[in-house]
Amino acid sequence: MFKGLDRNDIRLMLVVALVTLAAPLILNPFPADSAWAQFNAGYPDLMQRFVIYGIFAIGFNILFGLTGYLSFGHAAFLGVGSYAAVWMFKLLSMNVVPAVLAAMAIAGLFSLAIGWISLRRTGIYFSILTLAFAQMSYNLAYSVLTPITNGETGLQISINDPRVLDRAFGTAASDSVPYPDFFGLQMNDTASFEFFGRVFQFSVGYYFAAMLFLAAFYLALRLFRSPFGLMLRGVKTNQSRLEYTGINPRPYTLAAFVISGVYAGLAGGLLAAMDPLAGAERMQWTASGEVVLMTILGGVGTLLGPVLGAGFIKYFENILSKINDQILHQWFAFLPDGMEDFMVTLVSPFVGKGWHLTLGVLFMLVVIFLPGGLVEGFQRIGRLLARLVGRGRKPVSDDDKGGA
Amino acid sequence: MDAIILQILNGLDKGSAYALIALGLTIIFGTLGVVNFAHGALFMLGAFVAVTVRRILTLSFETIDPTRKDFLGNPLKVKTTYVEHWFGPDAGQWLIDWSVPIAVIAAIPVMALVGLAMERGLVRHFYKRSHADQILVTFGLAIVIQEIIKYFFGANPIPVPAPEIFRGSFDFGVLLGFPENAIIYPYWRLVYFAFAALVIGGVFAFLQFTTFGMVVRAGMADRETVTILGIDIDRRFSIMFALAAIVAGIAGVMYAPINSPNYHMGMDYLVLSFVVVVVGGMGSLPGAVLAGFLLGILESIASMKALIDLVPGINQVIIYLVAIVILLIRPRGLMGRKGVMED
Repeated sequence: MFKGLDRNDIRLMLVVALVTLAAPLILNPFPADSAWAQFNAGYPDLMQRFVIYGIFAIGFNILFGLTGYLSFGHAAFLGVGSYAAVWMFKLLSMNVVPAVLAAMAIAGLFSLAIGWISLRRTGIYFSILTLAFAQMSYNLAYSVLTPITNGETGLQISINDPRVLDRAFGTAASDSVPYPDFFGLQMNDTASFEFFGRVFQFSVGYYFAAMLFLAAFYLALRLFRSPFGLMLRGVKTNQSRLEYTGINPRPYTLAAFVISGVYAGLAGGLLAAMDPLAGAERMQWTASGEVVLMTILGGVGTLLGPVLGAGFIKYFENILSKINDQILHQWFAFLPDGMEDFMVTLVSPFVGKGWHLTLGVLFMLVVIFLPGGLVEGFQRIGRLLARLVGRGRKPVSDDDKGGA
Repeated sequence: MDAIILQILNGLDKGSAYALIALGLTIIFGTLGVVNFAHGALFMLGAFVAVTVRRILTLSFETIDPTRKDFLGNPLKVKTTYVEHWFGPDAGQWLIDWSVPIAVIAAIPVMALVGLAMERGLVRHFYKRSHADQILVTFGLAIVIQEIIKYFFGANPIPVPAPEIFRGSFDFGVLLGFPENAIIYPYWRLVYFAFAALVIGGVFAFLQFTTFGMVVRAGMADRETVTILGIDIDRRFSIMFALAAIVAGIAGVMYAPINSPNYHMGMDYLVLSFVVVVVGGMGSLPGAVLAGFLLGILESIASMKALIDLVPGINQVIIYLVAIVILLIRPRGLMGRKGVMED
């Protein structure tokens, strides 16, 4: 499994695996009854989103980070994946395996068609083409394709769906709307433990998504270190030179496009598996913009960056949007009255419903000052610390070779 | 036949908006080489200048009129706007009624300032960076502007009425010899089209017939040579950025009565305007205008019932479909030049 990877890669993989598996423990640092409990991220719903959007961003990064093709329409594949998964729930079985497989397959085919056309152009033309395709899918999903997508209401499962396989094996529940399961383990099954006043929740859904996330991360790692990955980097560095050496870059970029489409489909399928509902707004171009934000914020072209970016955005979306004026007044209660009101007025546009403002400002700061994203930020801090600690000793070489 | 003419007319106002935004985008791209994703936000800012001007004009104070009583028998409180108080009721009413045209005048300095601040403060530092970086940073800026507007004006659309005399519709068909009520067209949309034609004509005349415009065109063609001749082309390009911001802004002001301003209208129009720019050909001003009107009219014709019955959903996708086809068969767009954005 680790053949051909150097020690740093193996260490990275192991650390990521450990953190992912222990996330319900790590992300719950504050006791449940303390005022800080709202900063806990260790509940299934949010952790699922961490890993699912992590998969989405990793896949996007395989295209944008390696080949430099900036797609503004990746949410279309996520949406198609969700629809495919929900249809599998409706037609075949509530088991998540066929749903996830179908989501990947359909998104893969869809991305093959779109990529085959869009990749004829480069630069901004490519971005506009992908954007145009995604907006087309979104508009169609809302209007003409309503029989398939159920329009504005969104596609849902109901008691009367055929679910052929479930009925054949006699596992179909008939009295209530069923929930997706993995061979009998329901996705929303959760085991809660309480230690030291902290509630740790281990949910089936999270671990199912987490295992797929680890597989996706491992594949991306192998891909980054493979000759194929090197070829994709070649496309980003200088496509014309690649052509002059007699290599046709199209098959490589198309493969990268389809791989990232399949990743997006997987993410969409998992979203549907956690909550069997698919709506067209998942395909809107703002959703495509979000995955771009995640990747850039974390660090383009690095392995860990997109995952960090996805986690960062989803965490702050969840936490900041919950903070209201009342909570702010509690925080600044130690200040004199006038100062307290002033601070609350100052901070309140950035939290609650205004958290997108924070995101926009943060994103601009990253693009302006830290083009390498959070990963570069951490590397800079690490180097700074190393210099402070190791002052007088020989300088630390920074060998990052484009990895994390 | 009358249905088609009606749809062409309906397409004109949308096409005018596309053309004006795309014109500004192209000016910025042609002079500074920057892909400005925040241009839709400037259009939206313009629409909110109209909202703000109207709010300022309708600021009012309360007085108690002892001669009249309200339904509870208390002295009636009368709201009087300051402009009515200052200039008399007739002139005051007139000012409020004409708030949108007044907002156009107000928007020119405001948008010029915004444009200059944007160029000097942010975009300037991105000339040397890749197009992807430019797209990303201006995309971030667009989010920030949009959220600030949302914070101050809320998420709901705010209606802004046009001046009274333009509020109705007129029977356009009678002029062309059709029966009555065959082609009904609102006055304000006609005003918008005339306004757009005026602005577009003005920009072209400015570039074509003034010394400043000549220098700018020379700079667009060969920046280095112009610099060597001792001309501070950067300063002129900054002014062109401000001009593009003004064009987007006043386009937004005048569009406010047609489409009630909301905070995300900028993004909605931006996506389409980019499609317009690419269809017209990156860097080509006439191309941007042509493609703007073309796509606006096509979109409108595609929403005819007969066509929708024939091809369901065509009205939703026509613009994108046309963009895809044009990009594939004419990669440089309708009027694009060689060597633009092909690196």
